[in-house]
Amino acid sequence: MTFKRKIGATLAAGATMASLTLVSISGSAPAGAATVNWSKVTHLTKSGPTSLAALVKAAKKEGKLNVIALPRNWANYGALLDGFHKKYGIKITSANPDGSSAQEVAALTADRGRSSAPDVIDVGTSYALTAQQQGLLASYKVQTWNEIPASLKDAGGQWFDDYGGFVAIGCNTAAVTCPTSFQQMLAAKASSNYKIGLNNSPLQSNSALAGVQAAALANGGSLDNVKPGVDFFATLAKNGTFVPTIANVTTVENGATNIVIWWDYLQATGISPSLGSWKVFVPSDAALGEYYSQAISKTAPHPATARLWEEYLYSVTGQNLWLQGEARPVELAYMQAHNQANKAWLAKLPSLPAGTTPQYPSTAQIAAAATVVGNNWATEVGAG
Amino acid sequence: MFRAIFPGIAVAPFLIYTFLGLGVPVIAVVINAFHSQTGKFTTANIKLVTTGIYRLGMYNSIKLSLITAIIPGVLGVFLAYAIHTSRSSWLRRLTTTASGVLANFGGVNLTFMFIATLGSTGVLTAWLAAVHLNPWNHGFSLYSFYGVAFVYLYFQIPLMVLVITPALGGLRPAWREAAQNMGASNWRYWRYVGVPVLLPSVLGGMLLLFGSSFAAYATAQSLTTGIIALAPIQIGNLLDGNVISNEVNVGFAIALGMLVVLTVTMVCYGLVRRRASKWLR
Repeated sequence: MTFKRKIGATLAAGATMASLTLVSISGSAPAGAATVNWSKVTHLTKSGPTSLAALVKAAKKEGKLNVIALPRNWANYGALLDGFHKKYGIKITSANPDGSSAQEVAALTADRGRSSAPDVIDVGTSYALTAQQQGLLASYKVQTWNEIPASLKDAGGQWFDDYGGFVAIGCNTAAVTCPTSFQQMLAAKASSNYKIGLNNSPLQSNSALAGVQAAALANGGSLDNVKPGVDFFATLAKNGTFVPTIANVTTVENGATNIVIWWDYLQATGISPSLGSWKVFVPSDAALGEYYSQAISKTAPHPATARLWEEYLYSVTGQNLWLQGEARPVELAYMQAHNQANKAWLAKLPSLPAGTTPQYPSTAQIAAAATVVGNNWATEVGAG
Repeated sequence: MFRAIFPGIAVAPFLIYTFLGLGVPVIAVVINAFHSQTGKFTTANIKLVTTGIYRLGMYNSIKLSLITAIIPGVLGVFLAYAIHTSRSSWLRRLTTTASGVLANFGGVNLTFMFIATLGSTGVLTAWLAAVHLNPWNHGFSLYSFYGVAFVYLYFQIPLMVLVITPALGGLRPAWREAAQNMGASNWRYWRYVGVPVLLPSVLGGMLLLFGSSFAAYATAQSLTTGIIALAPIQIGNLLDGNVISNEVNVGFAIALGMLVVLTVTMVCYGLVRRRASKWLR
């Protein structure tokens, strides 16, 4: 660990030297923020024209940030957007807050060259990879780059995971005796009054697909074999305990659904505040986790602000705000080891049941699962 | 000279608008349907969407559209006739306005409205259950193929009322009086005058309903979250989702299939329409 850190430090020092040289070569004009092309800056330096102070100055000069598909009640984004605005006085334009990952990537191309184009995106990792293949992303490594686990970022800095969580069972304790595992849901007959819902179609929503994958883990399947998850929901449908409509806070309040399989942090911010009897926990027979990914647009209209936004998200403040939204920030392990994580918010996270080992599907496993679910969902769970 | 050109200029904005709004997307669909994600020519997308789950999706979409064209089509005609022959002019105005609004009601709002009234815990379900008529105990489910068809009636019947009312106006009272003067019974009047005159308009209206159901997306998507394979939902999954990131062109191939079905529908509509307008001149 120390060894790694030392190398990191050496590299950083080397890079600082290199970028200083670069600036001095290109800078026949007096060195200053104005000469820096921020869209080409791949990391900050301790001092000089690409330091954090210079970045703040340049971002304030740009004065604007365009974000896309960030619902305010999603992983505490409302507090993050307000916090950034308050700290730097930069105006944030939040486009299409309920948009999908596909729409975010599409907007990078469709709005290219406009001042309204997205500066940054927050997408499912497979969409970050698609955007990377299409050459739409800028390389940038935040100052805390080394605190992001290596498996959760692109080595070149084109995308890096931000926050995640586990597939959880949310349940209205006032309506039913809550199941604590997928097995209990499988065994329940209609008389249990279970009305189990997914947040959306698993062919449309990555979180719903993760729900099916988690059900597979609990029923003899694996990350490479999602079919038992489809069979699980087919059995629920046969038992009359599966409610196929989109489950959300409205259907929960109305009673159409009383058990929801969804990310723990989205239930915590999306349902729990409206319903005191809502309880969220990680099932005892499957702990499936996933992270979302951040990326900066290669053609961001506000390149400095985009980078400052990422620095803010990956600062202790930013990471803790995600934690407050009951999401697990990507640097959580490091923050816990260095006593930086907010204790009160940490304590509110649903704990992993004893004996479960978290499993994280790769993008290839997610894509393969999507194909299997796509070919079988309608025919097995529905009537075709 | 000016006279010869002027009509062309007058219609130009419409033609340009149609080309941009309809022509360009059609060209994009056709091109993309025959290309792979990496831009090479291929027929693999077409092959894929004519088999398996995608073929089932197209089959279900056509079936759903037929059912929700014929049933609301027939019901709509009777309803429109009742309104048309009503003496109360405010009722006529009210239903016409209401039909205009309801025919365009759909999506997540409509879904939730039905869940709140006829869902397993809905208000109407609770009332019916109180008199031991809970439809959910008698094989009814809102989350099934026929549940979706049932919800579609909500906007399809008003749409039919809206499109058929003008045709009913074309049914002149003089024709009925003439038939009666010649001793025709009520049944014979409808058999030889009313139905033949109205039939082309009714069929035309049903074709319009077919198109409306065929393209409907948000209602079925939010009600059944994919447990019923339907072509527009499959396109949505491929083009606009959070799961399948690199099969956009398969979605274009399904769209091409839908275009073919709709073209056939529109050609039928055109033929029927030509016959209908003969009577209404």
